[in-house]
Amino acid sequence: MAEETANDRRSDVVLPCVESVPFICPVAPGATPLETELMSDKQNLFNKVWDLHAVGTLQSGQTQLFIGQHLIHEVTSPQAFEMLRERNLKVMYPERTMATVDHIIPTENQARPFADSLAEEMMSAIEQNCREFGITLLDLDDNRQGVVHVMGPEQGLTQPGQTIACGDSHTSTHGAFGAIAFGIGTSQVAYVLATQTLAMQRPKVRRVEVNGELAPGVFAKDVTLYIIQKLGVQGGVGYAYEYAGDVFDRMTMEERMTVCNMAIEGGARCGYVNPDQTTVDYLRGRPFAPQGADFDRAAEWWLSLASGPDAEYDDIVTFDAADIEPTVTWGITPAQSVGVTQNVPSVASFPESEQKLIAEAHEYMGIGDDQPMEGTKIDVAFVGSCTNGRISDLREAAAVAKGRHVAEGVRALIVPGSQLVAKQAEEEGLDKIFTEAGFQWRAAGCSMCLAMNPDKLQGREVCASSSNRNFKGRQGSPTGRTLLMSPAMVAAAAINGAVTDVRKMLEPAAV
Amino acid sequence: MQTITQITGSGIPLLLDDIDTDRIIPARYLRCVTFDGIGEHAFEDDRQQDPNHPFNKEQFQNGKVLVAGRNFGCGSSREHAPQSLMRWGVQAIVAESFAEIFFGNCTSLGIPAVCASRDDLRKLSAAVEANPALDVTVDLEALTVSFGGESISITMPEGARSALATGQWDFLAQLLDAETGIKETAAKLPYLNAFSA
Ligand code: SF4
Repeated sequence: MAEETANDRRSDVVLPCVESVPFICPVAPGATPLETELMSDKQNLFNKVWDLHAVGTLQSGQTQLFIGQHLIHEVTSPQAFEMLRERNLKVMYPERTMATVDHIIPTENQARPFADSLAEEMMSAIEQNCREFGITLLDLDDNRQGVVHVMGPEQGLTQPGQTIACGDSHTSTHGAFGAIAFGIGTSQVAYVLATQTLAMQRPKVRRVEVNGELAPGVFAKDVTLYIIQKLGVQGGVGYAYEYAGDVFDRMTMEERMTVCNMAIEGGARCGYVNPDQTTVDYLRGRPFAPQGADFDRAAEWWLSLASGPDAEYDDIVTFDAADIEPTVTWGITPAQSVGVTQNVPSVASFPESEQKLIAEAHEYMGIGDDQPMEGTKIDVAFVGSCTNGRISDLREAAAVAKGRHVAEGVRALIVPGSQLVAKQAEEEGLDKIFTEAGFQWRAAGCSMCLAMNPDKLQGREVCASSSNRNFKGRQGSPTGRTLLMSPAMVAAAAINGAVTDVRKMLEPAAV
Repeated sequence: MQTITQITGSGIPLLLDDIDTDRIIPARYLRCVTFDGIGEHAFEDDRQQDPNHPFNKEQFQNGKVLVAGRNFGCGSSREHAPQSLMRWGVQAIVAESFAEIFFGNCTSLGIPAVCASRDDLRKLSAAVEANPALDVTVDLEALTVSFGGESISITMPEGARSALATGQWDFLAQLLDAETGIKETAAKLPYLNAFSA
């Protein structure tokens, strides 16, 4: 029954192609300021921010969009700097780009030069490029270094009303602040460096509402996995997602980041939450946030950007928080998930056109029709990544780990999202809780989220992971298997050696 | 810049859905500072595990037109993915649909990524399987793919189509031309002007 609903919905929203959407400008070109103001009541945040950053229309019909904040890292930037060199170009606004290193960082032995000479070459390249082009680099020896999508918000670089771009698909994370944030490719990184702009097609805007109250033990990760399960991995193609409703209103900034982080996994170009007092409170006092009187003016502007009650959308979908339980993926796309108490859906339960793909996922994962999700054996546990490597995530995992021990034969890694997250966790004694429970406490980086560093699965190992992708081979072994879930669920799986409903473990040992 | 209106060459049938960019180019091959040599690793892990993968088959080695399914290129934004396909020899991709970042990356590399219906893709794929040497022509003006006397219609967002067809797909020069507009936009952004703009 539930499956039918999911599929119905999916067929509703799947687009035949990333078709260009003829956009009707909400503000007529000749509108007077008063008309503009009146009409802007109907504008959602996305369109307000887009219009503010539109430099003009290109011959192709695409918008030339100004990018207020650019973030770069070592993997997708070297070729972009090379393009600049080839064409003898400078970086137009070097102060609007911030660099850090994350993807290839070893989380154990960080002595330079790195044992991996290719990784070392990439480090030298970003160091050299940033020096040469006048860009600030938060390098390994800077305590602000971390996964780019953890570092940006933490430093207050990410602010409401900005356009943000980064050569990384999970740039959508920054939307949690009411910014519109796009992942881009390397050629586009070069465009932003040289011109601070991109050529973009304006997406449509879908409001994704989740109302009601989440049950205890159900986290932001479960909400985002649930939405992807219902709308499909390509349900969002052509759209920006505005996450709204009771559940997102009540969320902390870190929880909102977890949700927006995975907007891209649902195919959306970006995702955002309207700025509110929670956003303002988070930003106050952060190093790159405005200070003093500037901050008050900033806060007023930020709040004014939020979509009002009369805002219009191209589409609206609504979910009930009560339907969401701790969610776990069983397959090879982030939409292939079920509630932890449910069974893996059978191949036959899908429409015929999907069955080949589902059967392929079953085979790769080594699971069968109607197998219970709970009890699925794991070999590795990973808490970290830009989805769930922030302090609140580590606290949630530690609450489950405290006083317990990782199951025999399970390799369990805790990888903080940034050096500052690591420091905070150590001040709170979380590292001790983890190491006493048999988890390995590592240095900050992307680590086993994509396994470009030495942290990898071996062979067909199964990993309970708080990251965002369960694609074939994603965690470093071409045949490795990934089960995505919340950090608390990862900790529970590590302790039992198998997928476990964390709600059973929360009460008695709750801290 | 070169105008891209027509690509003709033999096909590669890969009519599968949700092929992500980690599969197109596994992360370990992203440890590089240039895209040189990345072509030989296209679909590396899939090829290792499946001797029948079309990229392994002798008859498809010279294919220029890749035929794929729904949501092709989803996942990671890595431009390494279309770069590796391009360096493998792929010059155009016909699929049921594309993930948007991948689509944008293809456009900036001058690779037309066009959409066709599932039924038409089945026809095309079957024709390529049956005759790997068959010439397949992707035509961005007529919005068709023709092969062996047959023709199917394709769609493509107009912005990208005209950028390719008029040779404006390397956006850098166009974007740079607007320097005055860029500065004007920056001057009215509150957050670049102490929130008093
Ligand atoms: S943590 Fe994972 S998803 Fe996030 S930036 Fe790093 S590799 Fe990408």
